Amino acid sequence: MTWSEMQPLLEQACWDTLYMVGWSTLIAVVGGLPLGILLVLTDRGGLLQNLAANKVIGQVVNIARSLPFIILMVALMGFTRSITGTTIGREAAIVPLAIGAIPFFARLVETAVREVDHGLVEAVQSMGGNTWTIVRKVLVPESLPSLISSTTTTIVALIGYSAMAGTVGAGGLGDIAIRYGYQRFETQLMWITVAILAVVISVIQFAGDYAARSLHRRGAHSGPAPKLRLLKAAS
Amino acid sequence: MQLCPGTPTPAHSTVTETHVITTTDLTKVYRSRGREVTALDGVDLHVREGEVYGVIGQSGAGKSSLIRCVNLLERPTSGTVTVAGEDLTALAGRGPRAGRELRQARSRIGMVFQHFNLLSSRTVQDNVELPLEILGKSGKERSRKALELLDLVGLADKAGAYPAQLSGGQKQRVGIARALAGDPKVLLSDEATSALDPETTRSILALLRDLNRQLGLTVLLITHEMDVVKSVCDSAALMDNGRIVESGTVSELLATPGSELAAALFPLGGEASGEDRTVVDVTFQGESATQPVISQLARTYNIDISILGAAIDTVGGLQVGRMRIELPGRYEDNVVPIGFLREHGLQIDVVGAAEQTAALVKESAE
Repeated sequence: MTWSEMQPLLEQACWDTLYMVGWSTLIAVVGGLPLGILLVLTDRGGLLQNLAANKVIGQVVNIARSLPFIILMVALMGFTRSITGTTIGREAAIVPLAIGAIPFFARLVETAVREVDHGLVEAVQSMGGNTWTIVRKVLVPESLPSLISSTTTTIVALIGYSAMAGTVGAGGLGDIAIRYGYQRFETQLMWITVAILAVVISVIQFAGDYAARSLHRRGAHSGPAPKLRLLKAAS
Repeated sequence: MQLCPGTPTPAHSTVTETHVITTTDLTKVYRSRGREVTALDGVDLHVREGEVYGVIGQSGAGKSSLIRCVNLLERPTSGTVTVAGEDLTALAGRGPRAGRELRQARSRIGMVFQHFNLLSSRTVQDNVELPLEILGKSGKERSRKALELLDLVGLADKAGAYPAQLSGGQKQRVGIARALAGDPKVLLSDEATSALDPETTRSILALLRDLNRQLGLTVLLITHEMDVVKSVCDSAALMDNGRIVESGTVSELLATPGSELAAALFPLGGEASGEDRTVVDVTFQGESATQPVISQLARTYNIDISILGAAIDTVGGLQVGRMRIELPGRYEDNVVPIGFLREHGLQIDVVGAAEQTAALVKESAE
């Protein structure tokens, strides 16, 4: 294969990958963020403590996460068809990608939101803030650097998943690497896709880290342990 | 209006007889895995309008539960809390979530925290504006009020800084400015100075004192440091094991025989030099401080008095003197001289003697 043959293939593949990953990331964030926050709020001692709901959401998330993506994709075919009208192509791949990524992102959100100092929640409660205020003004902004890192991780995972989307004819870089590189012994093309993937992932990771760091203005929250000088001189 | 930290303001009291914070038979029991821990065991607290009230006790005494029950961040198991005439426990309802009425009541109670609890993602000004956002104030009004409050706490130049760029004392000033944003009548201070060094502690306490004087703000503070009570409080309560063991104004406490708080506020050293000696703590307050009672005592009864320790200090803006003296002879031999001191309006505590003596003192006091 010459470069002039490879170029249009690669261009299309890059575009397909970005298209699938972009949309599924967006859906994963929109769906996973509230789900992750809900996991924290409904937990024991949470602001909306509801252990039954917490258990149910937790189980659903766990089951969805434990399925290998390729199986999820096949299992969801009926659902995919009902949404996009087809089970083949880029649009069809977005559905299982997003559904696979929502619980993944939700768990990352849960971890990030749990890290927020409970004292801040208490402070806003003492000002008369309600739960929604606490979510909007404390939990999300204070965990934003972690949420951005979580999004980066999700994008990178989705790029990995999207390689499997080739099996439903969605195209993308992974698909090229398998169909041409592996099945047709175009080793050169395979290595080029690998290189492109490595570069794309590095760039995303770098951009994500940079954004998270520049937001990370968190000061040292833990003061020194209280000194005990109590009633020393009594008696 | 810029307050100068560190300089004590002249003591002109704003205290009135109205109670702004009242708790009645407040009980808090924590249940976890079948075990019950009683954090508050029937606490009756009365904080008068315009005073600085200190609750002191060791870790685990229940102070923290108490202050959190005052604005119902913790729901008391039983008992009532009334703040500025509003029965908060009645507003709270039965559900675990705070209803609108309770949230409105909370917005009228300021609170400052040991670890400041400032949002790291917001600037100093935005932190102070947060309670105003919750109250639904307009942007213009918020920034005007926030800048005014930052000026009041001496941080007008830090409005655009992030909390991470401030020192501990500055963070607590922001915390105080934020707590005042809703124009509260009552300020709750949860170990506000415990994470600060002694000098910063003094300046924060001076600020609280000034706010108390200038705005007529009632302050309820909890602390484990006697110095805090000593430097700012008009009244104090000692908590132990979920109960209030002693409480009252500082002068009432000093006038209470055997008061642990008074002894702790005013520590005196010195042990009896021999078996047949009587050690007595003498407390002077107000007029009695100006009379030469000790030399009168020595002359009248012709006894030698050794002074083991003495101090004059200001407690809650009140001049108080305490002296530990030693009289020759056992307690039984000294009933008359001690009576003489009592007649002159001094507060006498016999120290170090066995319980028998304490019983005797009580008897003679009655």
